[in-house]
Amino acid sequence: MTFSLYLFFAGHNAPGGGFIGGLMTSAAIVLLLIAYDVKTVKNILPVNYLKMTAVGLLIAVMTGVGSFLFGVPFLTHTFGHFHLPVLGETELATAVLFDLGVYLVVIGVTMTIIQTIGETE
Amino acid sequence: MTLLHWAILAPFLFATFIPLVYKKIPKIHTGWFVLVLPVVLFLYFLQLLLSQKHQETMISTVEWIPSLGINFTAYVDGLGLLFALLITGIGSLVVLYSIYYLSKEKEQLHTFYVYLLMFMGAMLGVVLSDNTIVLYTFWELTSFSSFLLIGYWYHREKSIYGAQKSMLITVFGGLSMLGGFILLYLMTGTFSIRETIANVDTILSHDLFLFAMILILLGAFTKSAQFPFYIWLPDAMEAPTPVSAYLHSATMVKAGIYLVARFSPIFAFSAEWFWTVSLFGIFTLFWGSFNAVKQTDLKAILAFSTVSQLGMIMSLLGVGAASLHFENVQFYTVATLAAIFHLINHATFKGSLFMVVGIIDHETGTRDIRKLGGLMSLMPITFTIAIIGAFSMAGLPPFNGFLSKEMFFTSMIRVLEMDLFRADTWGILLPILAWTGSVFTFLYSMVLVFKTFTGKLQKEKLPKVPHEAPIGMLIPPIILASLVVIFGFFPDLLAYTLIEPAMASVLPSLLTDKDHFHVHIEMWHGFTPELFMTIGVILLGTVLFLTLPKWKKIYNLQPEKLTLNKMYDRFLSTLDDTSSRFTRFYMTGFIRDYLVYIFAFMIVLVGTSMAIQEAFSFNPDHSASIGIYEVILALVMIAGTLTTVFSKSRLTAIIALGSVGYSLSLFFVLFRAPDLALTQLIIETVSVALFLLAFYHLPELKRKEKRLRFRIVNFIISLGVGTIVTLVAISSHSERVSETIASYFIENSYELGGGKNMVNVILVDFRGFDTMFEITVLGIAALAIYSMIKLRLSRREEG
Repeated sequence: MTFSLYLFFAGHNAPGGGFIGGLMTSAAIVLLLIAYDVKTVKNILPVNYLKMTAVGLLIAVMTGVGSFLFGVPFLTHTFGHFHLPVLGETELATAVLFDLGVYLVVIGVTMTIIQTIGETE
Repeated sequence: MTLLHWAILAPFLFATFIPLVYKKIPKIHTGWFVLVLPVVLFLYFLQLLLSQKHQETMISTVEWIPSLGINFTAYVDGLGLLFALLITGIGSLVVLYSIYYLSKEKEQLHTFYVYLLMFMGAMLGVVLSDNTIVLYTFWELTSFSSFLLIGYWYHREKSIYGAQKSMLITVFGGLSMLGGFILLYLMTGTFSIRETIANVDTILSHDLFLFAMILILLGAFTKSAQFPFYIWLPDAMEAPTPVSAYLHSATMVKAGIYLVARFSPIFAFSAEWFWTVSLFGIFTLFWGSFNAVKQTDLKAILAFSTVSQLGMIMSLLGVGAASLHFENVQFYTVATLAAIFHLINHATFKGSLFMVVGIIDHETGTRDIRKLGGLMSLMPITFTIAIIGAFSMAGLPPFNGFLSKEMFFTSMIRVLEMDLFRADTWGILLPILAWTGSVFTFLYSMVLVFKTFTGKLQKEKLPKVPHEAPIGMLIPPIILASLVVIFGFFPDLLAYTLIEPAMASVLPSLLTDKDHFHVHIEMWHGFTPELFMTIGVILLGTVLFLTLPKWKKIYNLQPEKLTLNKMYDRFLSTLDDTSSRFTRFYMTGFIRDYLVYIFAFMIVLVGTSMAIQEAFSFNPDHSASIGIYEVILALVMIAGTLTTVFSKSRLTAIIALGSVGYSLSLFFVLFRAPDLALTQLIIETVSVALFLLAFYHLPELKRKEKRLRFRIVNFIISLGVGTIVTLVAISSHSERVSETIASYFIENSYELGGGKNMVNVILVDFRGFDTMFEITVLGIAALAIYSMIKLRLSRREEG
């Protein structure tokens, strides 16, 4: 799980990114599923994965639409260095937001598929 | 919009109100309201006729699609006006007749009159349009309204059959005609008929001339029921009799005649035109009259008679076209004169005869001549009209048919003296066929009158007790019959009012300014060959009529199978069968077969285009050196692939597939693509798991573990696809033309994207747009799986 988060955040500078991060996260959840059963995992992680997919898509689209606000074409990303209270000097890029969307969609999709198939008998 | 445009469109506008009138005023027969319109239009065109005397033509344009040169140009000249008068005049009489013919209670009158008005407007549009596209539009409208009218009694099977047949044939012709018009446009650059005529020199020498001519003639021949397209007309007799009288004798079938006459100034200079039009016309005349004698249904007799008379007019137009080549104009234009005169005559007597037949049908309940007979004393007025009409049709004096028949013979004899198009040798066919055709014409005219009105009355065979028709039903045929007599005695009434201007439209190039044709029609020419031919017709015709039962067997000589109707039916059913068999042949329903088509097509397409373009090339310059790891991995991969293809059990195949996937991810590692390797690894795992799932749930029934059967076709095709793709890959690699844009990404990924992982920067930043839709694809897939599994409506629930 942590590895997947690492992959996600490292994506911009090292191998990794939203896609693999998302897959890894779902792999972690799948491990939980194997260890317990569908109901238990649902109780632990009360997430509606379909909604998650939708939210991820929304974030991805909104980062694109957001670039309109600054008068630049669709999906133009920018980045900058900010001084945040906790983390100190940090580089933040809007592309990460987009990646977050990808991340959420991938988790949502894989989990939907696996859970749906798992629940049928 | 001038008054003329409104006149053409008036029937359409009027038609929209008919259903309203029918619903609101049910007490009065709807026909009375309809009657107003054609009468008014007739008077309007009659008033135009007076100005027509001085060879003035009216023209006015309303723009429709000016950018394409398609304008609604109304154009009135002698020919158009003649037809307009026929359409509105006969139209008024037919409407009047239909008021008494169609019952107010039993019939759906509003649909009938809407169709009829639609037809009338379309017909006016055909004859008064100068633009070929507009003409075509109205032309198809006549086809459609005719289709609707033939199928008026749509619960009868025969009506539907007749309607469909006429539709197929006339629309076939109409489309050919459209092709002809387009070719004309290509030659001249204009859709206007007048401008086309002005450009006739360019057309004559053009390569497309013959094609345009044939296509336009196809349109004319199908509409005017010429051989071999006449077959729809007898079947169109299932329409109500007013419709048959109006459409299928006086107006619509003459649209083809109109077309030939209208386009004569363009095509008439060529020998092909002369021969095609004359020969098809004269043969139709003979064939139609010959077959008319065989019929037992009165309307069928009239239908074949119409076919034959149309052939006669057509042949006259063809012969008249030859006059363009001669100095001695008056000697040959008599054919055109005869054509136009007979056009008018035919409309009068054929209209009255149809109405007579309608009356007989209405009052006795049958149209079968084997059941009819002895009606003379019961229906004296009808009998008189019938005699006038039939004698005029047979070409007997003193009726107008005699005059036009004499002129017909005259022009056919004069063909022999023509010294062009080799008319002096083969031309002998024309008078011979004309004369024999006339004998049969005489014969069926006599059959029509005498089998119906003389002899014994067979009361027991008739469904109704026969009696004279109501006066309203008799008025229209009486008017027409009196016209027959009047035109017979005073043909000069028509000479300079109608016939001469119409001739001027058909043969405009023969006239200089202020000049006009001399029309001289006389009852008595002296003892000319024509007169003896007529006497011969009457004598032989009488003999044949009296001996009819003895030689009627000759009609059985033509085998049933070889008749045109049977051929048409067989053609349709064969077409049907073949196309469905063809469809069944290649639409097997097996995805396997469709994949074979797709792949085979791909091989052929890519392969031939590579062969034609000589695109294959092999250039190892760009290739990198091959390392030992790559060879090993490739071997592993090949082994996995072979196992997948040749494995006996599915489980082996799945696992082998997984090994292929993992070695692929190793390849990614080897070629330094960590993101791809990671993704490939996980995705492969997931998909193998899903395969196993699918494998586990295979139904028990057919789960026999079977080896993949070897199929030679599949083998060849898969080999072909593999080869082609490899060839394409090698060639395209060898032929790299420009530098890749990769260097740009390498240089700018940190500068612009703010990241060091180039793949990811491309995915989310440079090419983020694609990624967005890829995740959309994933979302859709998840939703689809979710709904496929969760929303299973069992069949029982649905039912």
